[in-house]
Amino acid sequence: MSIASKRPQDNDFTLKIGNVNGTGSASANSMLMKSLFRMGIPVCGKNYFPSNIQGLPTWYEIRVSAEGHLARSGRVDLMVAMNAETYRKDHAEVATGGYLLYDSTWPRSQLFNRTDIHILPVPLSRICNENFNNARSRILMKNIMYVGVLAALLDLDMNSIKQLLNEQFAAKASLLDANQKAIDLGFAYARENFSCPLPFRARTLDKTRDHIMIDGNTTAALGCLYAGATVGAWYPITPSTSLMDAFKKFCDKYRKDPETGKANYCIIQAEDELGAIGMVLGASWNGARAFTPTSGPGISLMSEFLGYGYFTEIPAVLFDVQRCGPSTGMPTRTQQADLMACAYASHGDTRHVLLFPANPEEAFYQAVQAFDLAERLQTPVIVLTDLDIGMNDWMCRDLKWDDSYQPDRGKVLTAEQIAALPKFNRYVDTDGDGIAARTLPGTHPKGAYFTRGSGHNMYGAYTEDAAEYQAVVDRLRRKFDTAKDLVPPAEADVDPRCRTGFLTIGSCDNAVKEARAQLAETGVRLNYLRVKAFPFGKDVQDYLDSHDRIYVVEQNRDAQLRSLLLLETRVDPNKLVPVLHYDGLPILARTVVDGVNQDLARGKAA
Amino acid sequence: MSFITKPKVAHPQLPRNELNLTVRDYEGAMSTLCAGCGHDSITGAIMQAAFELAIPPHRMAKLSGIGCSSKTPAYFASASHGFNTVHGRMPSVATGANAANPDLHYIGVSGDGDTLSIGLGQFLHAVRRNLNMLYLIENNGVYGLTKGQFSASADVGSRAKKGETNQQPPIDPALTLLATGATFIARSFSGDREQLVPLIKAGMTHRGFAVIDVISPCVTFNDHEGSTKSYEFTRKHSMTAIYADFVPPAKEIRAQYAAGQAMPVQMHDGSQIVLRKADGVYDPTDRVAAFEFIQTHQKAGEIVTGLLYIDETKPDMHELANTPPGPLASLPFAKVCPGEKTLASIQSRFR
Repeated sequence: MSIASKRPQDNDFTLKIGNVNGTGSASANSMLMKSLFRMGIPVCGKNYFPSNIQGLPTWYEIRVSAEGHLARSGRVDLMVAMNAETYRKDHAEVATGGYLLYDSTWPRSQLFNRTDIHILPVPLSRICNENFNNARSRILMKNIMYVGVLAALLDLDMNSIKQLLNEQFAAKASLLDANQKAIDLGFAYARENFSCPLPFRARTLDKTRDHIMIDGNTTAALGCLYAGATVGAWYPITPSTSLMDAFKKFCDKYRKDPETGKANYCIIQAEDELGAIGMVLGASWNGARAFTPTSGPGISLMSEFLGYGYFTEIPAVLFDVQRCGPSTGMPTRTQQADLMACAYASHGDTRHVLLFPANPEEAFYQAVQAFDLAERLQTPVIVLTDLDIGMNDWMCRDLKWDDSYQPDRGKVLTAEQIAALPKFNRYVDTDGDGIAARTLPGTHPKGAYFTRGSGHNMYGAYTEDAAEYQAVVDRLRRKFDTAKDLVPPAEADVDPRCRTGFLTIGSCDNAVKEARAQLAETGVRLNYLRVKAFPFGKDVQDYLDSHDRIYVVEQNRDAQLRSLLLLETRVDPNKLVPVLHYDGLPILARTVVDGVNQDLARGKAA
Repeated sequence: MSFITKPKVAHPQLPRNELNLTVRDYEGAMSTLCAGCGHDSITGAIMQAAFELAIPPHRMAKLSGIGCSSKTPAYFASASHGFNTVHGRMPSVATGANAANPDLHYIGVSGDGDTLSIGLGQFLHAVRRNLNMLYLIENNGVYGLTKGQFSASADVGSRAKKGETNQQPPIDPALTLLATGATFIARSFSGDREQLVPLIKAGMTHRGFAVIDVISPCVTFNDHEGSTKSYEFTRKHSMTAIYADFVPPAKEIRAQYAAGQAMPVQMHDGSQIVLRKADGVYDPTDRVAAFEFIQTHQKAGEIVTGLLYIDETKPDMHELANTPPGPLASLPFAKVCPGEKTLASIQSRFR
């Protein structure tokens, strides 16, 4: 049975709030989600916000799933319509048998005329106007009030909500009282006027222990903090901005030297993305762990320097929090459409190591890995997340840290090692892995070399000699092969008897896993592989070799992951069936199920 | 280019600095620029200044962009790390390098195309950060490597070798720097080593972003009649506003200065520069006056040279960022990684 036709049940429903941005709805929505999380019920929140500061429509979707399916559900069982401008659309979106709650201070019974759903009119503005004096607080309290209404309708734990209020307004007692009052008013109104709770409701479980609710920009920033990154250079761009914001907050708190009060980090807001990546390369050349967070347009601007970093072999860590392209695209919508742009960013024979975390938890670990890989391989490493991972709150397992971790600084010669050499040669590969040792400026008089993006030979000297040039680029190719063994292996769930499977990437993970479970219920069994890095390792090639039909699921129009597989492995193109989702909203399990079923139907018809 | 590589043997009589090095220890690879190029004279002046300041060569870092000027870091200080970046982007690389390690001496060499056209944005933002480095503009008004197009510093009415006349107004680095808050602004001429060497020393000692705009004629594409960046034109029209004498730390000022003529400026490392006023009036610490002075002389067809403006009091990027002394990379890992227990407490906020 497809998810769209499933009836909502206790701990298995989706709630969506349509609002006007800039009205303070974010705290109300986060309170709703967190109260469910604290009741021990798996939950996820997706924020569909406009590229705007105030006045445009914004939606927040909360999916509750006892089974732990936390991709976007693609259905709405309870709509809270707070924005008259989107009433029509919001009304149409409610699933048959569902509910629509709206501010009935201005009744709209003619508009809300569907007979297959239930309308819940609540005069939120009127109640607010009767109970609060100030104009701004009337707007804010209207939003908090629907939390109270929903608490009654869904039987949310009022103690959790009280506790969340206390935490949020710890420093502002007057606000705490007003918010509590608004919640109580909403709760009482619902109890008096509707039959509470609804046929589907929240019931306390114990499935969120050892988990946190966190977004991927915050965890990536934590990864940078824990990896020991000391230089961060950036140019603000949605949806990556909150990564550096978070890094700065963590540094303010955990990187101020307790003895001297000095900042053991340097964050530079650059004049543009060209400057940001230049700063990262300059800092890494000088031995610091340095990074820049950006999004697609930033990658385009950084491309020249990325080629420079590749050719001169300077470590760098980038985070591309992907958004909808092309061009400016939709800055507040998600996509995985920068795969090709990142893999081969820059002119000439250039290629880059990429990491693809699936969720905020992995973003933390892969951020740390990115620095180790960048320094080991002496090359830029791009961590590709997306808006869905970066800016939405995901339920993740607790992040772990092993205090015995030591950063891999790669082949960096010490003053003693340099002194012992007859002569230092920057680009000579002595052990066959394609990686030559480097020196840091200022270490030793014998350690100097000239870093240049122009043709150079293995000694670092300028060259236009055919053989000398080719020796260098051939070694770079070898280095890329070395990378295959160093990058994290794919996540795999494989039954060797099964010759059909999925191959996916990043934030498609939850949707594909949910689709896989649904397909299994209908007797269609599929193996699973999620690539975590580029270049693809041997495990990816083996998976491709051992399957006859592979559904490549990704979030872009042009099947970029599939293209990369065709370019970089020896797979037969006919085996790879693209399953694509690229409308800017996070992928649905339904898209995946439909994609597979359509292909199976074609196969039967043929 | 010249084709004779000098042997790496120093004459026993060559003067030695405090590190027991001769000026030849500050040499680099052989220049591949055209014979007579102004840039080579500047390279010589840099070597002389670094030698006189007794900077350990491996404690210098040389950076550049793209163009004839940007090739020159290869021609001095072989024992220094060099960084030939991409076109117009040297300031950002220098910013990152400096952020990671404040202890090295950073010398950037760029040209008028690299600085004033493709790189103008990065250049001015390095000014805003008051990045601690010396930034030399080898200014010849022309694109040499692509064979003779006008650059953004070409004067109105200046004639190209092939006969075309420039119509667009130039971007004057000194005036632009005055307007954007630069803390060390000088102009010089590649043919005036006596002026250039002390200016380079003062610029390297300045704590903050020091720029020297050096008129450096292009003998191949911009040294003809009708050019305003030729040797002949520059010699004829330049006038020195301020002479800068560099006095190293712990040395007395021995020279005699006429009353009211000398203005000592205390540098952060304890050295001094003594500024001597050519006209007895000009005050290089007055930004407004400097602006007027340069423009007035420009109208009269004169190129004002010397140390045009200095402010030693402004904080540099590191002071603003409150970073510790020494390279960030050498901080012990325990100081930069908060550890397992802290991670657990951070996560309590996300439940």
